[in-house]
Amino acid sequence: MYSEKIVLHFPSNMVDKPIVYKLSRDFDLEFNILKATVIPNEEGILVLELKGDKNNFDKALKYLEDEKVKIKSLSKEVTRDENLCVHCGLCIGICPASAFEVEVISRKIIFNQDKCIACGMCVNVCPYKAMEIKL
Amino acid sequence: MGKTIAEINEKIKKGEAVVVTAEEMIDIVKEKGAKIAAQEVDVVTTGTFGPMCSSGAYLNVGHTSPKIKLGGGRTTLNGIEVYAGFAAVDVCIGATALAQDDPKNKVYPGEFKYGGGHVIQDLVEGKDIELKATSYGTDCYPSKKINNLINLKDLNEAVLFNPRNLYQNYNIAVNLSNKQIYTYMGTLKPNLGNANYCSAGQLSPLLNDPFYRTIGIGTKIFLGGGVGYVSWWGTQHNPGVKRADNGTPLTPAGTAAVIGDLKQMDGKWLKGVSFLGYGATLSVGIGVPIPILNEEMAQFTAVSDEDISASIVDYSKAYPEGISESVGRATYAELKSGKIIINGKQVTTAGISSYYKAKEIAEELKSWIKKGDFLLTEAVAQFPGADSDYKFKPMKIRELKGGE
Repeated sequence: MYSEKIVLHFPSNMVDKPIVYKLSRDFDLEFNILKATVIPNEEGILVLELKGDKNNFDKALKYLEDEKVKIKSLSKEVTRDENLCVHCGLCIGICPASAFEVEVISRKIIFNQDKCIACGMCVNVCPYKAMEIKL
Repeated sequence: MGKTIAEINEKIKKGEAVVVTAEEMIDIVKEKGAKIAAQEVDVVTTGTFGPMCSSGAYLNVGHTSPKIKLGGGRTTLNGIEVYAGFAAVDVCIGATALAQDDPKNKVYPGEFKYGGGHVIQDLVEGKDIELKATSYGTDCYPSKKINNLINLKDLNEAVLFNPRNLYQNYNIAVNLSNKQIYTYMGTLKPNLGNANYCSAGQLSPLLNDPFYRTIGIGTKIFLGGGVGYVSWWGTQHNPGVKRADNGTPLTPAGTAAVIGDLKQMDGKWLKGVSFLGYGATLSVGIGVPIPILNEEMAQFTAVSDEDISASIVDYSKAYPEGISESVGRATYAELKSGKIIINGKQVTTAGISSYYKAKEIAEELKSWIKKGDFLLTEAVAQFPGADSDYKFKPMKIRELKGGE
């Protein structure tokens, strides 16, 4: 059984297509939705964990590419520039995956990359531009 | 009996002064009581680091040959609009200034990648800045155009001057609407999705001197890594608000205007920032020493996060419409726990002000004083106090008729 977490960015005209349904029906993949931001007339973001046969997984990616969906692997995509971070904590309130926590005594903000689902919310919100998403 | 600032300065010069941070003072007073703490401790250092939008700098860029009068023309620094309406070559840059061609919120929410605050940070870090200006030319200032690189070290004066910093307490921002909003208090998720606060709480300067007994005009401070001074009370100073028994205000109250030599400062403590959908601004690091003149000051400086509370304000309606309405209250201890309860819902909290950096500043100022490098000053005049009738007023509306 093959498993991988992927981030899908799809253009606004794709938002109403039943992509996940197709992944499940046509490629027999198990999916777990880690995050979904789908707003009509805007670009959608979907973070999925896909499980299934590796062959089917590759075919599914090919299907997504043909549909003009941008695909990124999730592993270690978001990084923090330690020189820019001032440890304010604005990322904490916005992160849907609870990847940030405060060290109690020092009040330093810890970034747990293993919890990160690479949605990019912190990248947009960080006023110091300390968070970077690698494409 | 009490001590005087002169006596404390004598001890500082001899290297004998007892200096602690406002965080350390909490336990000292808890253990020994305010009376003994007042005898033992000479100075308590405070600190704060966060976005302070009412910040800026004025620069004298020097004259060219032939001379140009920037006043009355248009001047930019790295593309950011600056104010040139002082004489010929004095310009003033504000933290929230933007470039004329910045897309702003045309593509919502705007990114505001570079603004006045970033120019100030770049200047402080010694980077070259593009000065571009056009003017109309006079007999004494014939030049009409200049495109030149300037650098902090070559300027005559470069002065950070912030009309309103050091807010004594602040709001907790939430969003009661059903759509995400982008504010100077950060991105607020719909339906009480998060709650953002902005104060160093127990380390915050004016919360440790709630009635402005020692902090006043002329107080020497740590400003952006250099030495600065409180130059006046800040704009929107509002000392008359309701207060808790310990004197700390329940809503935003006092403010201070501060000034200091930009050439002494450090980009570590002055950072240009971009708030999604709101704009650009500057984060400023400030530390204020509080002389422990008596038992009362010992008690004030022992205030802890449990004893300071802030008002929860809806930034989707109440704030933008200027409605004075609160959704509830929370203490800074509750806010720092990471979750508070609002209208029965558990809400994640986040700080905008960096407590980590506030601590660093309080420690840094403590080390300056201990080394004998930094003496305290007596305020030359007091701020309007809690008993004064000084108030922060909204604009009186007298609309102009029949015209754009």
